[in-house]
Amino acid sequence: MAKKKIEPHPMENILRMDRIPHIWCPACGIGTAVTSFASALEKLKVNLDEVCVVSGIGCTGRVAGYTKVDSFHTTHGRAIAYATGVKLGNPKMKVIVFSGDGDIIAIGGNHFMHAARRNIDITVICVNNFIYAMTGGQVAPTTPLTAYATTSPFGNIEPPYNIPRLAEACGAVYVARWTALHVRRLTNSIVEAIQKPGFSVVEVISPCAQYYSRINRLGDGLDMMRFYHDNAVIKHNEPTENLDIDYQKQIIMGKFIDREKPTYIERYNEWLSESKPKKK
Amino acid sequence: MKANSKGVLTGTHNLSGNEAIIEGAFAAGCRFLGVYPISPSLEATDRFLQRSGEVDATFVQMEDEISALAAVLGASWTGKKSMSVTSGSGLSNMMEHIGLGIMLQTPCVIVNVQRTGPSLGIPNGVAQGDTMQARWGSHGDYETIVLTPNSPQECFDLTIKAFNFSERFRVPVLLLTDAYIAQKKTLVKIPPTKDLKLISRKLFKGAKNKYLPYKNDKNLVPPMVNVGDGYRFHVTGLTHDERGYPVMTSECQEACVRPLMEKITKYQDEIIEYEEVETDDADVVVISYGATSTVVSKAISLAKKDGIKVGSFRLITIWPFPEKRVRKLAQKIDAFVIPEINFGQIAFEIERCAAGNCNVFFVPILGGGLPTPEDICKSIIKASKEKKKIEKLIEL
Repeated sequence: MAKKKIEPHPMENILRMDRIPHIWCPACGIGTAVTSFASALEKLKVNLDEVCVVSGIGCTGRVAGYTKVDSFHTTHGRAIAYATGVKLGNPKMKVIVFSGDGDIIAIGGNHFMHAARRNIDITVICVNNFIYAMTGGQVAPTTPLTAYATTSPFGNIEPPYNIPRLAEACGAVYVARWTALHVRRLTNSIVEAIQKPGFSVVEVISPCAQYYSRINRLGDGLDMMRFYHDNAVIKHNEPTENLDIDYQKQIIMGKFIDREKPTYIERYNEWLSESKPKKK
Repeated sequence: MKANSKGVLTGTHNLSGNEAIIEGAFAAGCRFLGVYPISPSLEATDRFLQRSGEVDATFVQMEDEISALAAVLGASWTGKKSMSVTSGSGLSNMMEHIGLGIMLQTPCVIVNVQRTGPSLGIPNGVAQGDTMQARWGSHGDYETIVLTPNSPQECFDLTIKAFNFSERFRVPVLLLTDAYIAQKKTLVKIPPTKDLKLISRKLFKGAKNKYLPYKNDKNLVPPMVNVGDGYRFHVTGLTHDERGYPVMTSECQEACVRPLMEKITKYQDEIIEYEEVETDDADVVVISYGATSTVVSKAISLAKKDGIKVGSFRLITIWPFPEKRVRKLAQKIDAFVIPEINFGQIAFEIERCAAGNCNVFFVPILGGGLPTPEDICKSIIKASKEKKKIEKLIEL
């Protein structure tokens, strides 16, 4: 019998194959987001030596461990702050913060706000599964009102953050939102976000079959995908104030913000060259 | 005032401790400061900014001390010698990233200009209350290096040493000063560049696919690479193997964490530095560090007038603690007297090392200001009169 040739994995250049299988549950959307990210890097034809992924803690926080680029799995909520140091230390790097909603918006909310205001040239890919999954399904700052979680057993009583609105208000230059079903558009947005000088944010609405949809009895991953298919609508340039996500209601997706602002490094270098001692 | 091409301000200058630290940092090759403003460390940041155009340094003021140290760690991985400057409660905020710095083995220097506590305390009050926080503040097991200068000149010298240790051992190194040392101005001599002994991290030079981020050299320190050099490495704050990949077993915990401590303890004789004056035939030895040590010499000369044989032992490195030497001293003297601007921190470490071989008298000072030589002298006299051996720490 002829020896069967094993086809190489199409993304083995970008993923750490020695770490596969990954830890994510069946029907999780993080893998889809990583695939979109990998496709985006391929499309961009960037030198992968000049890409750096920084993650925080949580399910999405594990992304750094699977991407075959310089990658850091850091402390909870601080990936953006860490990435700020990497970018300022070596401005030629394309620095991507890949982490979850709890990591970036709750414990790391302050760093998100200030990195956007500072307009540090990094891209944040925020996988939003509406819940803390790694720790067992606690309520997150993105959990829709009335949804159940282990720490909201009577239904969530805290209004959630609308991530694109927060990003816009804080100064982000590029803001988009897609679901884990809309991979082609998500990939295109990641391409644009990485190319954009300044602080760019791509929110990825992702199913969490193990916690969010199980606790709320929303079915399995496929049911969540069907829900996205039936309820997610594309409205580019929609004012971000309309982008709140209510429990099991319409999800508005698209590219909402794309604007020009000088980055921190541009402004800093300008100041630095002015403050250099003048040659006589 | 003109620095040479390497950023070294060779010559003699009138500098505060805070300013001398920044000159030491520039001389050591530091080119990144991530900071959050807090008294009494502010002059250091001002100095860094005044000179950053000249030396091409990068600066960022972050939104808190947590992110300031995170940025420092990130910048350090790009190959830049990096530092942060803070004070008291700011150091408390930095603890999670001191832990990450230890775990990722990231060289950096943290300057902590101590202020009184708990909490906000007196912002510009002289204090020495962070010696234990500096050693034990982050959770888990680790060893760290902490230096305590007692003059602006030593601020300059020890900052260079701090960078050298941090680069050699791949560890965050702390420099503990206080409002008195940080803000008093004296002449500081900065040597020519060729006389500076500088150490930089050992970089991995092997093939791109052969790099293992945590494969230790024989000195227990793994060679490092820079972000962007093409090694495409992964590192994590989780317990990890040589590849930098997380492994959740007690065997890996042993293999990962033990060398983090042993790389320091193994070389502690090369790290530890102290200054002894007339301890050979002393009955009483005063142990001090930082601001209190500037008062001790006056107190000792007062006590000598009473005929007491008293010597001085000044800690320059407080962690790792000079345990061997203190144990030896304890066997031949009657008592240690320890004035500290806190309610007993290093005193307990000394009591542990004395192990009942001599009396240990502790002079707690409330903080906010310096003790007077007379206060310390009184304690020395009291200690010298105690003939009986008391097997516990005695507060004077």
